[in-house]
Parts: sequence; structure tokens; C-alpha cells
Amino acid sequence: MSIAATTESTKCFHCGEDCEPGRITAGDKQFCCEGCKMVYQLLDSQGLCDYYNLNEGPGITRRITVRKDKFAFLDQEDIKQQLISFANDKETHVTLYLPHIHCSSCLYLLENLHKLNPGIVSSRVNFSRKEVSIVFHQKEITLRQVAELLTSIGYEPFISLNDLKNAKPRVSKSLIYRMGVAGFCFGNSMLFSFPEYLGLESAEMHLQSAFRLLNLLVALPAFFYSSWPFFHSGWQGLRSKFLNIDAPIALAILVTFVRSVYEVASGTGAGYFDSMTGIVFFMLVGRVLQEKTYQQLSFDRDFTAYFPVAVTVLKNGEEIQTALPSIKPGDTILIHNEELVPADSILTRGKAFIDYSFVTGESTPVEKSMGEIVYAGGKQTGGNIELLVMKEVAQSYLTGLWSKDEFKKASEKKKFSFVHLLSRYFTYIVLTIATTAAIFWYFNDPTKIWPSVTAVLIIACPCALLLSNTFTNGNILRILGRNKLYLRNAQVIEEIANANHIVFDKTGTLTSSRQQEVTYHGEPLDVSQIQAIITLAAQSTHPLSKALLKYFGKKNYSTVDAFHEIPGRGVAGMVDDKLIRLGSQEFVTGKPGKVSAMPVVYVSIDNKVYGHFTIQNFYRKEVPELVRSLSNKYKLSVISGDNAAERNHLQQLLGENATVLFRQSPEDKLHYIQQLQQSGEKVIMIGDGLNDAGALKQSDTGIAITEDSNNFTPASDAILEAGQLPKLQHFIQVCKANKQIVMASFMLSIAYNIVGVFFAVQGNLSPLVAAILMPSSSLSILLITFGCSNLVAKWKKL
Amino acid sequence: MSVIIILLIASISVAALFLGAYIWSVRDGQYDDEYSPPLRILFDDSPPLGNEFEEPSTTNLKPQTRNPKLKL
Repeated sequence: MSIAATTESTKCFHCGEDCEPGRITAGDKQFCCEGCKMVYQLLDSQGLCDYYNLNEGPGITRRITVRKDKFAFLDQEDIKQQLISFANDKETHVTLYLPHIHCSSCLYLLENLHKLNPGIVSSRVNFSRKEVSIVFHQKEITLRQVAELLTSIGYEPFISLNDLKNAKPRVSKSLIYRMGVAGFCFGNSMLFSFPEYLGLESAEMHLQSAFRLLNLLVALPAFFYSSWPFFHSGWQGLRSKFLNIDAPIALAILVTFVRSVYEVASGTGAGYFDSMTGIVFFMLVGRVLQEKTYQQLSFDRDFTAYFPVAVTVLKNGEEIQTALPSIKPGDTILIHNEELVPADSILTRGKAFIDYSFVTGESTPVEKSMGEIVYAGGKQTGGNIELLVMKEVAQSYLTGLWSKDEFKKASEKKKFSFVHLLSRYFTYIVLTIATTAAIFWYFNDPTKIWPSVTAVLIIACPCALLLSNTFTNGNILRILGRNKLYLRNAQVIEEIANANHIVFDKTGTLTSSRQQEVTYHGEPLDVSQIQAIITLAAQSTHPLSKALLKYFGKKNYSTVDAFHEIPGRGVAGMVDDKLIRLGSQEFVTGKPGKVSAMPVVYVSIDNKVYGHFTIQNFYRKEVPELVRSLSNKYKLSVISGDNAAERNHLQQLLGENATVLFRQSPEDKLHYIQQLQQSGEKVIMIGDGLNDAGALKQSDTGIAITEDSNNFTPASDAILEAGQLPKLQHFIQVCKANKQIVMASFMLSIAYNIVGVFFAVQGNLSPLVAAILMPSSSLSILLITFGCSNLVAKWKKL
Repeated sequence: MSVIIILLIASISVAALFLGAYIWSVRDGQYDDEYSPPLRILFDDSPPLGNEFEEPSTTNLKPQTRNPKLKL
């Protein structure tokens, strides 16, 4: 291999990442690594190169290789049984979650798996769930081989402890069925009502009762089946002594139905079946829109979703893959690089550098020596280690932390939308009007009491309020989703709008876990020396080496001879006849290093120590602006599990009034949120790791930050892609606009209602007036809510 | 008169048929994934394995940006 002369970088044909030209090639294609090239050659030999035609550089980089035996646990019968969904003596069906699915090329390749291995019968992708369902002949290919095949083409299946519980909540479809049935009833009912509205000739009067009966018939499923959710929720509300919005709506549906049945039965009129079915249909459409959330995202993850399914247990010198729940105290387990420690244990062999950021938020890995306790949840970085398990998985520190009562939301706070309160006043007013009309007609014309009272109840039901609410919510959810802020449900919109205190986590939220700020202290380095350093750093997968690489940008690489890496300590090698050493102070200088607040990389060239790089957390560059835009409207806090090394810097960034707290344990974070809430504040908590999980849950709105939505986030109310954090203020404003839009469209519907009530109190609301008022008010509300929310979004540039 | 009755029956049964189709399609999971079905139909079926008479890849290896927007 020689030094490449050109400075411009090319894109890898497989994964689209920058790569060094001319180093790894096949034909005229350039690749960033051998892994990418291998995938390309595999696909090429099977005629699957359409993969590359659909999108440019669609693959997943193969620079980070997956350990060879990673899926060995899939050979274990008991684990296998819990994962597969169906099996007979010929074929097996399994559904695997592949977080890497992202484009049409993925779809193409994954549905052509049978070309790569004849043992696979078929494969089908569910794109929104990022799942692939595979049918295979188990005689020809095992589950493990399927997983390894997927891994070899870049789609590593993610199998976690959570999958073993087999409790995948299915999305309830009952609302969708109800909506369909209501739509069917509404359409037909309108058709059957036409003769009534247009008038029948006297010769055809006998048909009238036929049409009315048919109308009654099609209204039955709408009343008894489709409108059930409103009755149910209204009744539930009444039972807990709360008049929610569904109660008056259920009342109106009931009154309309009873009166219509009475009219048809007595032959006095046609009833309002078309209006009733129509309103039920529209309200259900609104509900479906509002409740359409994001299937591929999980808002309820607990720690089990992070844990692997199995670990390697050493027994009599043999490596046995064992399912996690059956790990017993006394077992010796083998943990590889980048693997999570599943149970509290004692280190018995190897050098452990445990990254506890998952549990505590502390970003620097902790060194553990033989005999020390390693708590569950830590991630090993470096070489393999052996651990002696002390406690079962279910009793470890992390699990205990999780099942503490404080971490479960204190008795699911009852939250009521302002819509319910509004509807309550509305209901009182309507009831007053109805009673007044009844009293009036009692003295003037008692026969009109029944028609006028029922008509008032029919026309003035708060369905317009419900419609405007659900449609606006649905559209706002959609707009936010388009901007990569995914809310758990519609209630969260209101919670965000009401907040007055925003709490940030530091690591991973204000700082980026992908970028670091690198500063060099020591004797100046010249270009060729820098080149040698990055050439060496490029050989290592350690996060600090990567940070160095990023800092210096893409340069040409030379060749490295006599490269060796001591995991967790440093790398050394000959570059252009220079001996370069990079790593800890002890590794490079030979003197024991002192504990430093931030990671330090020492560098020596030909045994001469030149200096060191300090690698600092990199604050997202949008943070200052974000803080400025928020600080005059909200109180801000930052709570971090990290050490206080950056206090001054952070305080400067956030301004005088912000609270900055360091060394916060997960419980401290939770208590801090509780304190704020007790002093009457509405808190938005923004965090990322499991260490924020309690605080995210306790806060009024917990927003989990993720670098990309494939990643795993703790339980929260909303998930936000990290890059969109600067737009936070706009998101909040849109949520606030939500309420105003609902109010505005509600005002409009009141105007309709006044017209309707005008007819109703006089006791002569004809079905035709109802039939015109109802759809026109619904449609105009629909237009207003969609129009306004889209306008607001455009104005806020979302 | 009887014509109208027949028409009514016909219209109701057609509507019921569509309702049935709707319920079937929901139950079948056709609304679960709105992204892949419209793409799936566009993928050409290449000749099955075994008769690699001609390497089809040589002609269409160049990355085309035919539909770059497809990337999510």
C-alpha cells in the first residue's frame, strides 16, 4: 500500500462515506473498507446490484466489524423458541428488528434474501416498524446463520432481552374498524335521506317509510358499534365525577338516536340519522388522526431493551451462550469490547475500562482493577474481561434502581386537557338554553317542549369542539413528526405549551456524543508529524483516536508498520520510519499519570514526548442561540452526572440566572424535578441516557434526545432528533398555537350553533337544516384547523 | 316501484361488499406499512439464480440518481 497523492476524497460506493481514493477498489468502484467491498462483491455476484441503482451509497459502513460469535446464542434452543413466531418440521418464521433499514435499497435487498441463500424461502419488510419477517427452511439454514447473513450485508438484527418477554403490544385497530363502519353508515344514510329532502311525489309516498326504515337500519351499527368509545369514555368520566367532553357528546348522540327512532316509529318524521352518523364518522376520523402515532418508536423502553439476550458463560474452559435471565451468582462471564455488563459482578481477569455513561452520565470510562465490583449497566471498552457474577440480573443495582417506586410515576397524574374544561362550560350553557326553551314552551305550547329540547341538545353538542381539537392535534403531531420531534400522544402538545421551566441534561444533550473539542498543549508539530499521528490514530477504533481524526480532518494516510494497540491504554506504530506512541500518560511517558477531569492523549515521536491533546465535550454549536432564545421566557437548568470541570464554561453559556448542577445521580435528578414541581413549576426535561430516565418520567414532559431515531431512548413523552434541538423554541410556539387554533375554530362553530339553536328553540329544526349545518360546520372546522396549523408551521419555518 | 327496491338492495349489497373489503384490508395489515408496498411493485424481477447467462451488473453499475428523494 502506498501513500495516495490526491487530497480530494471520494465517496464509498457502498456506504457513501468519505474514503481514501485508490486504496480499496473493485473494478472502478471505490470503497472505504474491506467490509463494504465484500458486501458489494457478494451482491454483484448474485445480480443484486439494483441495490446501488435505487439510491446512492445506500449501504451501512462495515468499518466496525461485528464479533464473530456474537449470534452464537441463537443456537440455544430455549432462546430460539422465544424468538421465532412459527415453526413446523419444514420451515420457521421469524421477525427480526433491523435498526439500519432506512431506504428503498434496503427494502430491495432484504426482500431478495432468497437469492443470497437458497435456504431462505421469503422475506418481507415492514418499513415503518423496521422489521423483516423471514421464512426459512431450518434444515438448510439455522436462525444463527440467518442473523449472520443479515449482519454480513450490513443489517445487523437487534435482539434484546425485551424480545424474550414476547410482549409486543399490537396497535389496536378497533378505532379504525369503527371509523370504517361509521363511514359506511354515513354514506348510505345520506343517500337514503335524499328522497326525504328532495320530496317524493304523492304516488310514491309508500316508498317513504321504506327509506326511513332503511335509514334506521344503517344507523344501528353506527349507534351501537361506532359510537361506543364516546359512551364508554363519557361514562368513565362521570363515574370518576368528571364531566369530560365525551359525556355531552354521548348525550347528544343518544338523544338524536332516540328522537329519530321515535319519529320513524310514529311516522311523524324522518329523524336525523344522517346527521348522527355523519358526526360520529367525523369525530372518529379526528380520533384516528390524533392517535396515529409512531409505531417504529418505542416510548416505554426500560432497561431490558438495552440488555443483550445472552452472554458468554465460561464453564470448565468452555464458552457457553446463556440466556440472560438464567445467569446465576457464581457464574463466570466473558464480556467483549463494547458489551454491557448485565449483572453486578467482580472483575477476575483482564483490564476493565467501564463506561458508565448509560447509568450515571459520567462520560469518561472508569478503570477497574482485579477484584473490584463492576455494576450492571456499565459498558466495557477495550479488550475482553472475565467477571464473576455476584447477583442475579433481576437483583442488580441497576434493576433495583429501576424498580424503585420513585422511578414509577407517582400514581399516573390525572391530566385534563383544557378542552374538557371548555366543554363543561359549554354543556352548562346548552343545558340552560334547553331548560329555558322547555319552560317557555310549557307556558305557551306544551306540545313543542319535546321537539325543542331535543333539537337544542342535538344541534349544540360540543362535537365541533372535539372535532377542532382532534384535527388540530393530529395535524400538529404530523408537523412536529416531519421535523423529527415525535410525541407520544396529543396530550403532550398541551404539556409542552404549558411549561415554564426547561431542564437540560448535559452529556449527550447539550454536548454532542459524536463530536469533541480537541486542544493541543506542547511543542508545535509540523505537517508530516501530524500526518503520522493521524495515520496511527486511524488504525484504532478507540473513541479518542476517532476524536483526533475528526479534529484534523481528512488527510492522506501513510502506512503503519509494527502497529500494536493495548486496549484502554494506547497505540504505537512505525509511520514513515518514525515511532509514534499515542495514549495515556503512563503509556507514553512511562510515568504514572494523574487523574484528570477530561480525557487526555499524550503523544511521543521517536520516544520524545511532544505534548498532549485534551479532548473536551463539544457543545452543540446551536446551544448559545438556543439558550438566548429560551432564556427570556423560561427558567433554565442544567443537571449533569459529570464532574464539575466545566462549570464556568457552562454558566457562561447559559447566563447568570440558570441553575447548573453537577455530580447528580439518577435519583438526584429525579428529586430536583420533583422540587421544581412542588414549587408549582411545569417542567420540560430534555435528556438522553438511562441516567435521565427517572427525571424524564417525573417531569411534565420528558423529551429524549437521540442522534438518530434508530437509537434507543429511555421511556419518555417525546423523542427528538439531536440535530433539531435548536428548533426547540419553534416547537414550543407551535404547541402554543395549537390551543389558539382550537379556540378559533371553536368560536366559528359557535356561530353555526347559534344559527342552529335559533331554529331549535322554536321547535322547528328540520332534518334538512341539520343535514346542511352539520357537514358544513365540520368541513369548515377541518379547513380552518389544517390551514391555520400549516400556516403557523410555515411561519415558524418548520 | 319494484325497480327502486331492487336498486336499493343492489346498492346496499355493493356498499356492504366495500365495507367487507375495507375490514379485510385493515385486518390484513395493509395499512401497517405505507412505505414499502408502493416501492415493492417497482422492483424488477431479475432472472432467477443459476442462469447467469450475462452479468447484468456491468451495464447498470453506475450510481444513478434516478430518484434521490427516495432516501429517507
